[in-house]
Amino acid sequence: MKIDLHTLGPLVALVALVILGAALNSAFLAPANITNVLARSAFIGLIAVGMTFVITAGGLDLSVGSMAAFLAGIAIIAMNAALPGMGSNWGTILLGMGVAVLGGIAAGYLNGALVTKAGIEPFIVTLGTMGIFRSLVTWLADGGTLSLDYGLRTLYRPVYYGGIGWITWPIIVFALIAFLGEWAMRHSRFGRHVEAIGSNDRVARYSAIDVNRVRLLTYVLLGVLVGLAVVLYVPRLGSASGSTGVLWELEAIAAVIIGGTALKGGRGRVWGTVVGVLILSLIDNILNLADLVSPYLNGAIQGVIIVLAVVLQREKRTADER
Amino acid sequence: MTVLALDNVSKRFGPIEVLHGVDLALEPGEVHALIGENGAGKSTIMKILGGFLDPTAGQVLLDGQPVHFASGPQAEAQGIVVIHQEFNLAPDLSVAANVFLGREAGAWRLDHAAMRDATAALLKRLDTSIDPDARIRDLSVPDRQMVEIAKALSRQARVLIMDEPSAVLTHREVGALYAQIDRLRAEGVAILYCSHRLDEVAHLADRITVLRDGRVVRQALRGELTEDGMATAMVGRELQDFYPPKGQPGDAPALEVRGLTVPGRVRDVSLTLRRGEVLGIAGLVGSGRTELAEGLVGLRPATGEIRVEGRPVAIRSLRDAFAAGLAYLTEDRKEAGLLLDKGLRENLTLATLERFGAWRLDTAAEDAALDRATREFDIRAPRRDMLAGKLSGGNQQKLLLAKVMLPDPRIIIIDEPTRGIDVGTKRQIYAFIRKLAAEGRSLIVISSEMTEVIGLSDRVLVMREGRLAGEVAGQAMTEDNIVRLAMGVTGDVA
Repeated sequence: MKIDLHTLGPLVALVALVILGAALNSAFLAPANITNVLARSAFIGLIAVGMTFVITAGGLDLSVGSMAAFLAGIAIIAMNAALPGMGSNWGTILLGMGVAVLGGIAAGYLNGALVTKAGIEPFIVTLGTMGIFRSLVTWLADGGTLSLDYGLRTLYRPVYYGGIGWITWPIIVFALIAFLGEWAMRHSRFGRHVEAIGSNDRVARYSAIDVNRVRLLTYVLLGVLVGLAVVLYVPRLGSASGSTGVLWELEAIAAVIIGGTALKGGRGRVWGTVVGVLILSLIDNILNLADLVSPYLNGAIQGVIIVLAVVLQREKRTADER
Repeated sequence: MTVLALDNVSKRFGPIEVLHGVDLALEPGEVHALIGENGAGKSTIMKILGGFLDPTAGQVLLDGQPVHFASGPQAEAQGIVVIHQEFNLAPDLSVAANVFLGREAGAWRLDHAAMRDATAALLKRLDTSIDPDARIRDLSVPDRQMVEIAKALSRQARVLIMDEPSAVLTHREVGALYAQIDRLRAEGVAILYCSHRLDEVAHLADRITVLRDGRVVRQALRGELTEDGMATAMVGRELQDFYPPKGQPGDAPALEVRGLTVPGRVRDVSLTLRRGEVLGIAGLVGSGRTELAEGLVGLRPATGEIRVEGRPVAIRSLRDAFAAGLAYLTEDRKEAGLLLDKGLRENLTLATLERFGAWRLDTAAEDAALDRATREFDIRAPRRDMLAGKLSGGNQQKLLLAKVMLPDPRIIIIDEPTRGIDVGTKRQIYAFIRKLAAEGRSLIVISSEMTEVIGLSDRVLVMREGRLAGEVAGQAMTEDNIVRLAMGVTGDVA
């Protein structure tokens, strides 16, 4: 096995961050802090795993943050509406979860169909739907906040805060999806097709791959994972508003890029994405725990990391070539 | 008086020395052909002359003085212009903008009219009807090549280095190219001409340098070396018959096509391919040959009746074609055939992944398939985990052939089987094609190389403007007859 510094770079950075965090504050390695960091990473993490497939196939999705807010909104509305008929029980909550996931499928299908069937640039399509979803949730909330019924919220809470021991459900779901995603990218036909399309879609077409179907599936998969993230997010605050999920799309894309997936497509690394997500949340966490740098500089540090990651992963030019 | 020369030049990439003590002198007013198999070191020599690489040992001499170019543009400033095989054009800019790229006319405001007029004049000199305002993206590949040549002409070259300029040109355009080369020669330009087409080397070159394994093995003046002699010098051994002996096709029809129409490209083509037959399809670039093939295998929407071994089949996608036992090897190896930034294994199995595991891809089985393909098609890869793009052109073509053969098709359509590959590999590919026919498979071979289509096929169909213009077989299979049909010339007028 050949050791590739380009591939291991993000992992080295992650280990360095953990050591730094532990050195700066002893509370860093406390189980409560670790659980907190991992659980908060789960939302962006689930979305970023889906984003890895979309980007690897040569696409992009800017709408996921707004989509999450919109799905959270309609899930809350559905549960509140079903409450009088169905009562305050798990049936109602399952209905809300179903609305979030099915809504995610529909939203992903909309993005994918506009990209593949109508042949519009992914950037344009998802810039459009980003505005649409954001505006819809603001309208549904009438400019304010959509809140889940108090009884339902209490019932639903353990889905975010509960778990097996100190490992909470979001961490378990994230780990499972990350594992499945990595497996699918490396070992399944779907993953191979996704990489082939991102590498050169004409070659893929001439290899009897249904390029549009695979592309569409990557957007639907991302939609499902956004829905799943919403299922875990709603019990945390029990509300959704026009400012829910703002900038999640950029955080997810940043995690994908830091993890070594090529923005132009063709090479996807799901485990890298997971490392990227953890790096971003650890920076945030360390700045909050240590007094060294103001937490207000979080964005600046993340920005530096993103640019640095791409610079370090750039293909080394042949020294001879000019 | 030599303009540009290499004096005992060696080049080393890491531990591998690819050029060993090469001497080469370019004289003004002379066409100097550089020939050799792929990997012989031609491109390295061109890159050193063009200022893109430095020699490890030895010197580059300009007007007798040692020079060192820091970059390609610096060499260009000295009048050394390279026309690369891969186009160096900005696809979204106009023809005129490309010709003047980097040295635009006008002080503050670009002088569009002047650039357009100068470009139009250049294109007229090249005898083409390309619009200077057209975007490169909208031009055909041969037209783009003509723009590259116009761009080089506009740079007032003293030394012109051309890498296979005729590979993608049609008959008529090749004529215009030769005329321009003659004109430049008369003006005293020194030209280095790399080509795989030995007939054109014999026709054009005043001086020939043959390269083998990074060494100059032969230098000759015009007329001293026959085409056979060149091929022998390149390969280093006697070539017997260049084309394998033809076979005995059966009588049973393998593929029957009735009234195939690809809207706007191919009109009402009917043909029958017999079992074990190699059927050639000739015609000018743009006559609808590739579109016919792509229509047949479901890569383009087409109407018409297709029968495979007597059974009617409906082919709407490449998948359907595979199911019917058809396969297609594209002419565009780099953009439609192989994923150049992926490994050999991923490329080999890409079209047939469902054979390698239902859920989890069976990498071991894929590796075994790669081993078989490497043996069967003699793919020479220094490392098996290398990228397909790092293989030589000939080995890429063999890998592509192996990929196309993986579904075990009965009918194989091969579009330009040997474009841009060296003589030794060409012969191998011809032998593979004959072997496949001898196994009872049926092949359609589309080619722009007249000698190839004649040497390889049992029968040749000629296309013109989207229709079948005629068929030649046996003694009538001559270059003359094919050109006549392709150009639409009738009668016995020469």
